[in-house]
Amino acid sequence: MAEVIWGLATSHVPSIGAAMDRGKTDDPNWKALFDGYAPARAWLAEHRPDVAIVVYNDHANGIDLDFVPTFGLGTAERYEVADEGFGRRPVPDVVGHPELSLHLVESLVDEEFDLTVFQELQVDHGFTVPLSVWTPDPGDAWPCPVVPLLVNVIQYPQPTAARCYALGQALGRAIRSFPEDLTVGVLGTGGMSHQLAGARAGFINPEFDALWMQAIETDPARLAAMSREELIRQAGSEGIELIMWLVMRGAMDEQITKVHSDYFVPASNTAAGIALFENRAPRPA
Amino acid sequence: MTQAPATRAPVRERGTTAMGTTAGPGRRDLPGTPVFDGDSSRRGLRMNRLFMSLRHAEARERFAADEAAYCREFGLSAEQERAVLDRDWQAMIDLGGSIFYVYKLAMIDGLSMQYLGGVFTGMGEEDFLAAMRAGGRRDG
Repeated sequence: MAEVIWGLATSHVPSIGAAMDRGKTDDPNWKALFDGYAPARAWLAEHRPDVAIVVYNDHANGIDLDFVPTFGLGTAERYEVADEGFGRRPVPDVVGHPELSLHLVESLVDEEFDLTVFQELQVDHGFTVPLSVWTPDPGDAWPCPVVPLLVNVIQYPQPTAARCYALGQALGRAIRSFPEDLTVGVLGTGGMSHQLAGARAGFINPEFDALWMQAIETDPARLAAMSREELIRQAGSEGIELIMWLVMRGAMDEQITKVHSDYFVPASNTAAGIALFENRAPRPA
Repeated sequence: MTQAPATRAPVRERGTTAMGTTAGPGRRDLPGTPVFDGDSSRRGLRMNRLFMSLRHAEARERFAADEAAYCREFGLSAEQERAVLDRDWQAMIDLGGSIFYVYKLAMIDGLSMQYLGGVFTGMGEEDFLAAMRAGGRRDG
């Protein structure tokens, strides 16, 4: 059977990728962010999974507003990195894992999560920036095949936090029922608090982010109980994308062990968070 | 649908209140927070399509050559066309633009999300950027 060995939650702000692509990670405005990634990256380099699942959203690059799937899953052998307007990021295309994808689709549909299936999908910064947070220098290839799981977070009504958490739990069961022995890393992306438009643009809520960071580890059900409106109020109109962290969390065990977390303001207009968890109960002190 | 949507949402002050109706499941109390909902997306569909097309270099060239013609090609309403030509960023949001799509146009103009933040808040880019670097803006 396959098993989830770790979960990584991280913001996917495009400027984080741009800072890396342009060699600005030591710039005073960025250095603390990247220093905060270092312990997670070191641990992840020692814990390479056989396959990863990235829970993310597209930003007007791979899909448009003609179709707005609430949840979608890629089943392709390969995912091209999108050109978002001014040349694609200088990072490798993504190798998929169609066998696992098809198994996940069937298992999740059997559990009544009726996902949209993507046989072709270009992936944008929402997908590649988290991979870069994990692996800053991938060379010719990312560390392992990756399966994209799309969540609509840009058009209201987004799925509820509770539904995202339940999807994650079903995803965990689906992974465990895969017949092959595979280790799996799950990335939940987006957040933390931010709002891009409106009179409240620039909104950051560090108290809420701190609560979220703690509860995602120890009390995710509390977060899953939040309404869409409450999430927008507390985290900002774009901060609602934190619901994608709940998909990752749901796929993990009830008890997990934090490896590392960090918090940084601002990455562009966003509070950037990273949280890495190993999928095992904490060892007694 | 053959006619470009031209009407604004029924109850809304520009840039100050949530979009959407005042009754039913769309009812929301989120001051200063435009929520890109189904109604916005329906009204903004053609304009957002235009923005998305600008990912491609040849589309950007055609847009630059005759912006108004490009808008007509995509079937924008007169108001939406005016907002695009005037770079009235707030109006684009009010007329159904998704910020992620509107941003494609801003990028063509060499403008950042901080610039847009300065517009939406009325603070100007420099003060907005300073506020972000000081930890971001807070409610109240």
